[in-house]
Amino acid sequence: MHKRLVLYLLLSIIAFFSNVYGAESEGMPQLNPEFWVSQIFWLILTFGFLFIILSKFILPKISNNLELRKSQILENIETAEKQKFESENKIKEYETLINNSKNEARNYFNEARKKIIQDIDKKREKIEEEINLEIQNAEKEIIELKKSSPEKINKIATETSAQLIKQLIGEEINNSSISAIVEDLSKKNKGKYYGN
Amino acid sequence: MATNPMHQFNVYRIGPEIKIDQIDISFTNASLFMVISSLIILFIFNLGSVKKNIIPNKIQLLAELSYTFISKMISDTAGSKGKPYFGFIFSLFMFVLFCNMLGMLPYAFTVTSHIIVTFVLAAFIFIGVTVIGFIKHGLGYLKLFVPSGVPIVLLPLIVVIEVISYLSRPISLSVRLFANMMAGHTMMKVFGGFVISLGLVGGWLPLGFSVALTGLEILVAFLQAYVFAILTCIYLNDALNLHH
Repeated sequence: MHKRLVLYLLLSIIAFFSNVYGAESEGMPQLNPEFWVSQIFWLILTFGFLFIILSKFILPKISNNLELRKSQILENIETAEKQKFESENKIKEYETLINNSKNEARNYFNEARKKIIQDIDKKREKIEEEINLEIQNAEKEIIELKKSSPEKINKIATETSAQLIKQLIGEEINNSSISAIVEDLSKKNKGKYYGN
Repeated sequence: MATNPMHQFNVYRIGPEIKIDQIDISFTNASLFMVISSLIILFIFNLGSVKKNIIPNKIQLLAELSYTFISKMISDTAGSKGKPYFGFIFSLFMFVLFCNMLGMLPYAFTVTSHIIVTFVLAAFIFIGVTVIGFIKHGLGYLKLFVPSGVPIVLLPLIVVIEVISYLSRPISLSVRLFANMMAGHTMMKVFGGFVISLGLVGGWLPLGFSVALTGLEILVAFLQAYVFAILTCIYLNDALNLHH
């Protein structure tokens, strides 16, 4: 019984394999060696052709393109950085320039103000001096006038009193006696008229 | 036999039979889709590389994004030493990706769903990586099988395991891609068959599955191409920078 079963199994296995290798329509066509050589031949031919064309002509071009792009992008980045640096420098220069010019302007302004103030001061001093001088002159004149005025007043007083007397009395009186009286009066009343 | 889900993987001759010394190298539908994917790749990337705009247009952006994607993948896994192999990895990724994606079109043939195609690619990578390793490090490349910091008692076992895992690389690499593509397409065909057989009443559920599977398959198509390329990078890294 057992022997029969084993024999049956063996037979079926053999049948399966003979089917696989022998028949075309059944089993795996992959294991049919009829076209193996043809497939190997055409595989080598097409793959070899593909490999040669790709590695000789196409891949170097793609790699060149990639390198070119990389280098150009790097270059662009470099120039961009350079220009950024330059523009920053320019901005700095510009700022220092502006600061300098601001300082200069302030200096000029300050100097001009100083000058003007000095000028004004000088002129003022001059004017004040002149004014002072004039005031002094005027004071001198006043003082002189003050000094000379009693004499003149006395003289006028004597003359007017002499004429008054002449008209009143009709006689001429000696001037010296009149002036003596006037002087005497004016000396007495001096404090009264010139209170200073 | 159109309802057979494996029918879509049949290879048939297009045009006359070409034989060189009894060896059949006829042009088949598989060859046709290999040629179509190669031409599409070349067309797209040629369009994407002719102009030298500083601000790229769409197709140029696509080409340049793919370029940086692959080059970043290589530099992340294999370092700067992996740069000379950029062309190969790029072609490999694009070829596998476009074969997978073209297979998603109805009535299209999926080149990568055939074990022989993926195995030839994987075997080529395996042999190439091994040759590069021996050229760069001489017999010192055998140190790859002797990880540092392993107790001496375990060393024979570890070396055997390492050798086996190294030798199984082409098989795992090829079977991973092939099985994923085949399984996905078979599933889609099976669900498509269910839509027809269940008819208007019950066909909506498998139809929804079909739609969802299409999205999944597009993801898988990209992912498997990526995995194929990145594993190649990792193997290359082992050969270039020998420090386990």
